[in-house]
Amino acid sequence: MAVIEALRACIPALFLAGALSSFAALAQDTHLARNLAATCASCHGTNGQALGEIKPLAGMTAQQLMEAFAEFKRGTRPATVMHQIAKGYTEEQVSLIAGYFAAQSARH
Amino acid sequence: MDPGRRHLLRTGAALATSVLTSGASWSSELSPGRVVVVGGGFGGATAARYLRLWGGHIHVTLVERNPNFTSCPMSNLVLGGYKQMGDITRNYDSLLALGVKLVQGEVLSIDASGRSVRLADGTALPYDRLILSPGIDFIYDLVPGLLPALAGGQVVHAWNAGAQTLALRRQLEAMPDGGVFAITIPKAPYRCPPGPYERACLVASYFRQAKPKSKVLVLDANPEIQSKKALFERAFAQYHAGILEYWPNAELKEVDGNLARLEFEDVKADVLNVVPPQRAGDLARKAGLVTVNQRWVGVHWLTMESTVSPHIHVLGDATFSAPQMPKSAHMANQHAKVAAAAVIQLLKDEPVNATPVVMNTCYSFITPQDAIHVASVHQYDASERTYKTVPGSGGVSAAANPMEGRYAHAWAENIWADTLG
Repeated sequence: MAVIEALRACIPALFLAGALSSFAALAQDTHLARNLAATCASCHGTNGQALGEIKPLAGMTAQQLMEAFAEFKRGTRPATVMHQIAKGYTEEQVSLIAGYFAAQSARH
Repeated sequence: MDPGRRHLLRTGAALATSVLTSGASWSSELSPGRVVVVGGGFGGATAARYLRLWGGHIHVTLVERNPNFTSCPMSNLVLGGYKQMGDITRNYDSLLALGVKLVQGEVLSIDASGRSVRLADGTALPYDRLILSPGIDFIYDLVPGLLPALAGGQVVHAWNAGAQTLALRRQLEAMPDGGVFAITIPKAPYRCPPGPYERACLVASYFRQAKPKSKVLVLDANPEIQSKKALFERAFAQYHAGILEYWPNAELKEVDGNLARLEFEDVKADVLNVVPPQRAGDLARKAGLVTVNQRWVGVHWLTMESTVSPHIHVLGDATFSAPQMPKSAHMANQHAKVAAAAVIQLLKDEPVNATPVVMNTCYSFITPQDAIHVASVHQYDASERTYKTVPGSGGVSAAANPMEGRYAHAWAENIWADTLG
């Protein structure tokens, strides 16, 4: 009975993956990088293939993208809006996003 | 999917109390699943597109009443005469090419237990998951005289883009020099917080150029400007002084022809543009999905699923916003991608993303060239089960400038492409 009680207590934590870091690692979404990168698409285009004057992200190396984000966060890269957006993402999220866009082919 | 399997799925789903359904998992091997999306705007079209982009062979049917997509963002430029209707109109061809089945029609009712929607022409569309992006509808009862004035065409709202946009532009073109354009703004929350102020600015720019003796009256039910306040105040003073007047705490009580009746005075306008008080689109209301303040649809943010009707997901302006989450096209597009990812997982009985992020960037033109923005990033908070903005992130422009005007145009090109393909 104690085992079942313990299991039952664990189940909400499994669903609320953010609550316990150990469970968070186990429960990380299989498409997390894709889903996070999709938040950029509204300005930077689907899969980072931006049109017009907004910078394409597809095909940037992961290092380039992470450096850009770090500079936006520090305020050392000129920006109208990216400094404000960069501060909203965690390092882990930026790393995942950078890896995702590095794997996308640039628009031809 | 045959009735036997559907029944089993339904029974299974009824037992589930969480985002992980415990329904029959073997159904996914037989069919990738059927999703109906209602509403082909920024929310619905994005959802349909991403379901196909990410979901492989999921059957996606998009029901939309209009033959084309007309963008409310950038439509204020049409009102000012700086863009044409064609510039803000797109077709759905790319969605068709992706394999989305497009039905031009109106949904009359939703059978939540039977999992199908009924169209006005009598067709029934069965679904495994339903996504509604119904936008907003107006609460006419709050403004006596408004509905007949709208029906008669004397007053337009242009708060749904399309024919209304063109009608308002024609009214502004026809207005004689020295006339008065009055725009009324309802109490928040309403779709697109900065939208009315942008409209006032662009009409004022048009008047200064074409009808310089005219006036723009901004009759705001709210006690202050609802978005980018300092920037709009500066814009009003720097660019539109002498033409634009801003009246806070000036709620529209009644419409009488082109007379706007406020609490203590009447305002006579040559062109009266009423942005009416709003609530979730009528389809969501009729389906019993409105759960907050008799206006908005409560959703589980991890899946965008209705809090009262499982297997029905709701996006965009119709939802009860998370703290500081704006009702914007950008946000609807973001909701749609969270929903698409979640629905794909749910159709396979796999876990959904437990750590979603959504963000917003919204541009407003204060002259035909200069724009200002507001941005925010929202991280899901598992303990409060809602999105919270990240302290120290987000913000507004330092000042209006033409670079942001160019970014605004680029933003529009990119979000239209992300939404429609």
